Amino acid sequence: MAVASIKVSETPLVLYTLRRADDALILGHRLSEWCGHAPMLEEDMALANMGLDLLGQARELYTYAAKVEGKDNDEDKFAYLRDVVQYRNLLLLEQPNGDFARTMVRQFFYAAFADLYWRAMMKSKDTTLAAVAAKSEKESAYHIRHSSEWIVRLGDGTEESHARTQSAIDDLWAYTGEMFAVDDSERGLIDAGIAIDPATLHPQWLKTVTSVVNEATLALPKNNWMQQGGRSGRHSEHLGHLLSELQSLQRSFPGATW
Amino acid sequence: MYTQALNSSDNDDRHVEDAARAAQFQARIDADERIEPNDWMPAAYRKTLTRQISQHAHSEIVGMLPEGNWITRAPTLRRKAALLAKVQDECGHGLYLYAAAETLGSSREELVDAMLAGKAKYSSIFNYPTLTWADIGTIGWLVDGAAIMNQIPLCRCSYGPYARAMIRVCKEESFHQRQGFEIMLTLCRGTEDQKAMAQNALDRWWWPVLMMFGPPDQVSQHSDTSTKWKIKRFSNDELRQKFVDATVPQAQFLGLTIPDLGMKQNANGNWEYSPIDWEEFKQVLAGNGPCNRERLAARRKAHDDGAWVREAAMAYAEKRKSRQMAQAAE
Repeated sequence: MAVASIKVSETPLVLYTLRRADDALILGHRLSEWCGHAPMLEEDMALANMGLDLLGQARELYTYAAKVEGKDNDEDKFAYLRDVVQYRNLLLLEQPNGDFARTMVRQFFYAAFADLYWRAMMKSKDTTLAAVAAKSEKESAYHIRHSSEWIVRLGDGTEESHARTQSAIDDLWAYTGEMFAVDDSERGLIDAGIAIDPATLHPQWLKTVTSVVNEATLALPKNNWMQQGGRSGRHSEHLGHLLSELQSLQRSFPGATW
Repeated sequence: MYTQALNSSDNDDRHVEDAARAAQFQARIDADERIEPNDWMPAAYRKTLTRQISQHAHSEIVGMLPEGNWITRAPTLRRKAALLAKVQDECGHGLYLYAAAETLGSSREELVDAMLAGKAKYSSIFNYPTLTWADIGTIGWLVDGAAIMNQIPLCRCSYGPYARAMIRVCKEESFHQRQGFEIMLTLCRGTEDQKAMAQNALDRWWWPVLMMFGPPDQVSQHSDTSTKWKIKRFSNDELRQKFVDATVPQAQFLGLTIPDLGMKQNANGNWEYSPIDWEEFKQVLAGNGPCNRERLAARRKAHDDGAWVREAAMAYAEKRKSRQMAQAAE
């Protein structure tokens, strides 16, 4: 017997918080898949470390979403009992790990955004989100440093590492636009000073990304077509597999406490 | 590698026959002094410790695999974070121990290569599969519990870097052990399915865990010299008995049955267990455990798949160095 999915009342603030919580959980989960399989022990440590940072962010944000929603939901119900179409994370973050270059490019694109995003969100009028931002900003500052250094090493390393990293950039580039998109439900929160307008972060993000990519002797794609859909539950095929693994126990044992 | 600075070359080891030095060395051990990397030591002492510390390091690294198997399926976010942090701790222990082994003059690369080539051993317990979430609880409770029994005395081991590493490792292991017990307690207080899961895991892990303490004292190869050098302070059977005596009341508290129906408490309060199937132990050590091939294959795959990354990092470091030198020359 499988346990059914929960219902969520997605008011703008609940939805906004869930979107960021899902970002952190899904990327944290992806990073945790590396544990025991990284190219060197130091990277096993680093990837687990960043995974733990993100899991911590997810837990705080889910707990806050549950509080704002004021129903019977909690962090585990949000994580374990929503189906693919109820997940609200960015498409970029659910993309499979691939090789180490792909994982680093995904991490780099996101961390370069998250670092700016959380720093800006420290000024949110919502004190809980501002507090989460203050903690997350410290973490993302490390994530961007770690991933930028790897992009440079891999891009300017060997012919093989250069080719692998360029190919990851080419494949993942189309998922970066979604980070800066805003829909109607977020517009109101931005106007109220609870959320920030991510579009305002784009110039600085592009500057950072361009400068690291140049230093790495790599290039950004000319194609500017951007995929979207994660924020409204239209995901890639990869997320369902991730969730079936993540949720297997909660879905299989009704009413159990773990 | 920084072994050049250390007193570890063959030149020194040639003096192993130097009776005066050997006697002086033994006198230091007898006086409970710590031996440090630059101190003279018999070649056999160096060899024994290199083997033991590197096996310990390999065990931490291979041990990441059976538990890592459940990180993506941990049943709550709290459990997921705790398990990921735990497996990360093990990686940290591995790194720390490789560093301790390096102080004896072998590089991490050569030690890891020996493991990947199947020439170096790691704890046979990690050649068993983790089938359910209860295995994660059982590993914490029993495998880490047994590891602590083995490792607490090593905090007083005669070789300084190993003893100091063990102090830190034991602190973290005892946290893992409590965490594992708490997973078991939650399962045992849960649904019938969960309790059955916990019992099933105990049934599968109990005997392999008892084997973790090594062969019975009568046949143990290394114990005599290791005891003389204060690398080992208690015999395999002594530690095994201590572990059993500590564990029986915990199993009773959980309401689980240890899969040894002949077990009974003697007049001294010790729990007497049935004979261990040493043939199984021998087979697992010989590479015939349920997961030996998979564990080594997983470590080799991680190593091989990561080769281009390590090469890139080296190539980049070289380029950077030559650029800096070129700049300095301008």
